[in-house]
Amino acid sequence: MYFDLSKPQKLLQQAAREFCKRECPTTRVHELLDAKDGVDSELWQGIADQGWVGLHLAEEFEGLGLGLVELAVVAEELGRACAPGPWLSTNWASTTLALANTTQAKTVLPQVVDGTSQITLAILEEEHSWEISAETKATVDPERNQLSGTKQCVMNAAEADWILCVANLSGKLCLVSVPSDAQGVQITSTPGIDATRKLHQCDFNQVTLDTDDILAKGDAAKSALQISEHIAIVAVCAEMLGLMQHMLEMTVEYAKTRRQFDRVIGSFQAIQHMCADMLLLTESARSAVWYAAWSLDNEEADAQRAVTVAKIYTSDAVRQVGNLAVQVHGGIGFTWEHDLHLYYKRAKATEYLLGDATFHREQLARMTFDESCGI
Amino acid sequence: MDLNLTPEEQTFRDELRSWLADNVPEPWPLSRRGENVEDYWNFLRAWQRKLFDGGWAGISWPKEFGGRGASPVQQSIFLAEVARAQAPQHLGVIGEGLVGPTIIVAGTDEQKRRFLPRILTGEDIWCQGYSEPNSGSDLASLGTRAIRDGDEYVVNGQKIWTSFAHIADWCLLLVRTDPDVPKHKGITCLLVDMKSPGISARPLRQMSGESGFNEVFFTDVRVPVDNQLGELNNGWRVGLTALMNERANLGSSMYVAFEETMAKLVDLCRMHKRNGQPLCADPIVRQKIAQAQVELEIFRLNTDRALSRANANETPGPEGSILKIYWSEMNQRLSQTAMEILGDVAQLSTFDNGAWAYCYLRSRGNTIEGGTSEIQRNILAERVLGLPKSY
Repeated sequence: MYFDLSKPQKLLQQAAREFCKRECPTTRVHELLDAKDGVDSELWQGIADQGWVGLHLAEEFEGLGLGLVELAVVAEELGRACAPGPWLSTNWASTTLALANTTQAKTVLPQVVDGTSQITLAILEEEHSWEISAETKATVDPERNQLSGTKQCVMNAAEADWILCVANLSGKLCLVSVPSDAQGVQITSTPGIDATRKLHQCDFNQVTLDTDDILAKGDAAKSALQISEHIAIVAVCAEMLGLMQHMLEMTVEYAKTRRQFDRVIGSFQAIQHMCADMLLLTESARSAVWYAAWSLDNEEADAQRAVTVAKIYTSDAVRQVGNLAVQVHGGIGFTWEHDLHLYYKRAKATEYLLGDATFHREQLARMTFDESCGI
Repeated sequence: MDLNLTPEEQTFRDELRSWLADNVPEPWPLSRRGENVEDYWNFLRAWQRKLFDGGWAGISWPKEFGGRGASPVQQSIFLAEVARAQAPQHLGVIGEGLVGPTIIVAGTDEQKRRFLPRILTGEDIWCQGYSEPNSGSDLASLGTRAIRDGDEYVVNGQKIWTSFAHIADWCLLLVRTDPDVPKHKGITCLLVDMKSPGISARPLRQMSGESGFNEVFFTDVRVPVDNQLGELNNGWRVGLTALMNERANLGSSMYVAFEETMAKLVDLCRMHKRNGQPLCADPIVRQKIAQAQVELEIFRLNTDRALSRANANETPGPEGSILKIYWSEMNQRLSQTAMEILGDVAQLSTFDNGAWAYCYLRSRGNTIEGGTSEIQRNILAERVLGLPKSY
């Protein structure tokens, strides 16, 4: 048993850390925050050039074909840098496309992987949760082949060339691909607390689809969405782990230098114990994230459970670590000019992404009880 | 990264499993545990002897001292398998886990020859005389005094929270040998025969009702100088070696027990009804059970990561403090969750033999024994995060 990164994985971690330090210092993140569109095409191209958009995708889609532990390693570093942009949404949508429809994926993904195009995924609705089901209100009219509905909190839709949309087709789940410039598509910016990941509302008003645009239906659509969701959760959790790691480091650094009562505040146990709790939460989250990545990659029997466990633990932990970080920093951590709020707000927003801890605890309860309890 | 056991670890586990299947005795009847204490201790000594005869005593010790040189991962496999096989309580836990490894590091050849084999066979049961009424977290302030008199030390003082003292043959004792130097520098470690005149042990009853540990009084107890472990006034360092071992070991033996508790609780939630609905149909119960399961799973994973690190570095490090804080606080939350879900009946001695009430009360001690949560957080802050000393 060896539950740690291998040498090549550590090298990848080092390379990713150096890339982020060079290409994405927090001064850059601050600049983007105040810019109107907040898009950093240079950073995005850099990430694509590293191969990270298709990091775990197969070579037939121009991906690097690496594993999910490697995906987690890179996601953690991007989180650590609080890197803005569409990496997560594009990676998630690409995985979904690859799983749902190989033919389409072979056409679209090479230009996504090299940074030329972007895609995103639209699931959430006002009255519908992250549950993958046909209960969704967005509907494809089977006679006219038209998509109608409204999706919320769609990541980075404004820059996406295609939007993958989950909809109901004659009572069955389906996944459609919509060019974002198609007639009837309206994309509205809905700014959330985290400005490093843009959220949009997507209105589809009788958008006419080609037959090719329906990527998958029924069980095939469901399976593609579920598997890609598991992989995306690993990436999301790893990102949160990176946020935690950075908040821990900046807080300990602050506690070592900030002086009150003629001594550094890190010498007070009240401060020390908050820092120790941040360490415990971060390291525990790391265990959960690594295990989820490894077990999913190795198709272990408990892989789905491991992913659920990781999302529950990490979603709660990242919030707690953020709260402690702000408290230890005192007033300065509450200001706009300080880096901390970038991380704090990214953490809070990411907590909900792909289902918060409460949502996933219910998923875990279903795994535990519902086959034996007759509910 | 590969969480599967290596072929070598698998062979080790399989060999152990088949040995346990053939050798674990029928459990000692709960009903007889209180009334016939001597028989019970003899039963446990016999089990220790059986472990020794089978080659399963002190497995982490180097081969030259009768162990197997087992890796931390193998050690953890051992603890888990023994627990799964419902083997008797391990009477030699302090001797094997703390005293032996300390003697191996700090003892003279004569001490090694004399004490190590008898630990493995279970002929000598050991206790650990560290804490005192006025020296708990601040262990280095201990005041039990040893004054040299010819070839002997004369020991006077009191120890407390000493597990197994009432049945132990020997004690690893920390004493003050120089009161005029900084407190860490005047402590010496002694190996004390518990049958020496002047020693008396009084069991302390815990809030959970049982007596797991003792007060021990030392009055003019004479200890040969040959029984000094390590150098004079170097006892703090010698004693800490043992504490590091304690922290690393405690956690890995517990997962199986927590897992069983969790499985029982899940079963109860399926079977018990409230207001006409099974407990497991209640959304709040579902949330709480799921949370407890998550915490337990993280405990398993944290332990496995710590083991992997220990496998690479060999000595247990300060990360052991993360495990200690984690499992002790988790157990308190788990037992609270159980009491809360099961409701009023959970406190009754007639419900599951009082097991839930016992777990709940016993868990209060978890964040105190083996170094309080506060001390563990100090250790993490200072030794892992590099913050300055606070006291």
